[in-house]
Amino acid sequence: MKNNYSIFSLIKNSLTYHENWQQAWRDPEPKKEYDAVIIGGGGHGLATAFYLAKKHNMKNIAVVEKGWIGGGNTGRNTTIIRSNYLWDASAGLYDHALKLWENLSQEINYNVMFSQRGVMNLAHNLQDVRDLKRRTHANRLNGIDAVWLSTEEVKNFCPIINTSPDIRYPVLGGTLQRRAGTARHDAVAWGYARGADSMGVDIIQNCEVKAIKRSGDAVEGLETTKGFIKTKKIGVVAAGHSSVIANMAGIRLPLESKPLQALVSEPVKPIINTVVMSNAVHAYVSQSDKGELVIGAGTDAYVSYTQRGSHDVVEGTLKAILELYPIFSRMKMLRQWGGIVDICPDASPIVSKTSIKGLYFNCGWGTGGFKATPGSGDLFAHTIANDEPHVLNAAFNINRFVSGDLVDEHGAAAVAH
Amino acid sequence: MFIITCPFCGERDQSEFAAGGEAHIVRPKQPTELSDDEWADFLFMRKNIKGVQFERWNHAHGCRKWFNVIRDTSNDKIHAVYKMGEKPPIK
Repeated sequence: MKNNYSIFSLIKNSLTYHENWQQAWRDPEPKKEYDAVIIGGGGHGLATAFYLAKKHNMKNIAVVEKGWIGGGNTGRNTTIIRSNYLWDASAGLYDHALKLWENLSQEINYNVMFSQRGVMNLAHNLQDVRDLKRRTHANRLNGIDAVWLSTEEVKNFCPIINTSPDIRYPVLGGTLQRRAGTARHDAVAWGYARGADSMGVDIIQNCEVKAIKRSGDAVEGLETTKGFIKTKKIGVVAAGHSSVIANMAGIRLPLESKPLQALVSEPVKPIINTVVMSNAVHAYVSQSDKGELVIGAGTDAYVSYTQRGSHDVVEGTLKAILELYPIFSRMKMLRQWGGIVDICPDASPIVSKTSIKGLYFNCGWGTGGFKATPGSGDLFAHTIANDEPHVLNAAFNINRFVSGDLVDEHGAAAVAH
Repeated sequence: MFIITCPFCGERDQSEFAAGGEAHIVRPKQPTELSDDEWADFLFMRKNIKGVQFERWNHAHGCRKWFNVIRDTSNDKIHAVYKMGEKPPIK
């Protein structure tokens, strides 16, 4: 049983110079057989395992991860959390996640530093204004907080933005979701891992899946670098590598994997109080609690698994940042990295059963999966445990690409990518 | 970020080019005969290979011609470039 993290455990451990903290999770060898195995130890995979154990009482399960937990996109994103999506299906999905975020630190007894500092989306042309106003109305009809801000109100809310009419793409207004914000991304993976582990879930790192074994139309188990694991249910949460796993299972997915870049500056004193996203000029920025500016760039246009990304993409983003925030002109950038994002043709995820019995996919989150982590895990756990989707992820099935019932959020939801 | 050798213009930076996705997806000859599954496969399903992939590129900021590239998506190394309508030089 895990010791509870609290002010008292902090004081107690300070007396021994913090050298006797209990290990946050075990490092077990895989058993021969599990009731279910999750492929991918990122935030979504660990959240899936956590809710399988907590809500569906499936405790003989494992998470297999080829690297270390949270070492993929969970540790590479810009930590933005919001639910201001246009379509009803997306609003239901992302707001479910946002509601879980609001109580997550208590639920998993791990401070994920969730900060509801608001997310502001800027409009730079008339079409932006129309689209963002429409989205604001759609959000409010779905019970999601959203307001339209005039240029002056944008300036009041975030004074460092250059709202001069002289710039190349002037700020014509914006939307604000006050309940939105950021969280500490690593803490989400670590907290879910610790929570799942304490309920008996085996988290097996450095364990790469090599093959999926099927008998007829049902899964039998998976071949890994740590041997064969027998199981009747496999949940694939492999983000950019989803197609690689799908190829092993012999099914086709509508995904393309592309590098998405982010970068952070040297740390400075608090200067930007919210998250500002701008679709049209493709720049978004917030400030971490350490003081670094966290800047998100776009995806490369081509398929690649290199986790790098192109220089011209970063250059384009920084040009836009400098025009919107002249105050940053002498900031130095410290680090830049890329993560591989799996993008669906309609920019909405797949949280679904497949044509193979016992094989489930949670993928296609593209450039914006972090915000959905708790909701994604909760709904995917429901789908795996009941072999049926929850009402909130029913629209995100894999068959929508056959039926044509797409959830087209490309551009619609101010998805900056 | 890498260099692409356009078969018409020579070596240029990748930022001059537009990526056109997976190559050799043949448009169905008789679309009316297709089932929904076959349409979905043609329109949406992609190999998305980690490794050697065949793809189309367009020299958007150059000669604007389309051509094919064989590229390893795990390290962005280009193995071959060939014109539209030509057989791939390697399998």
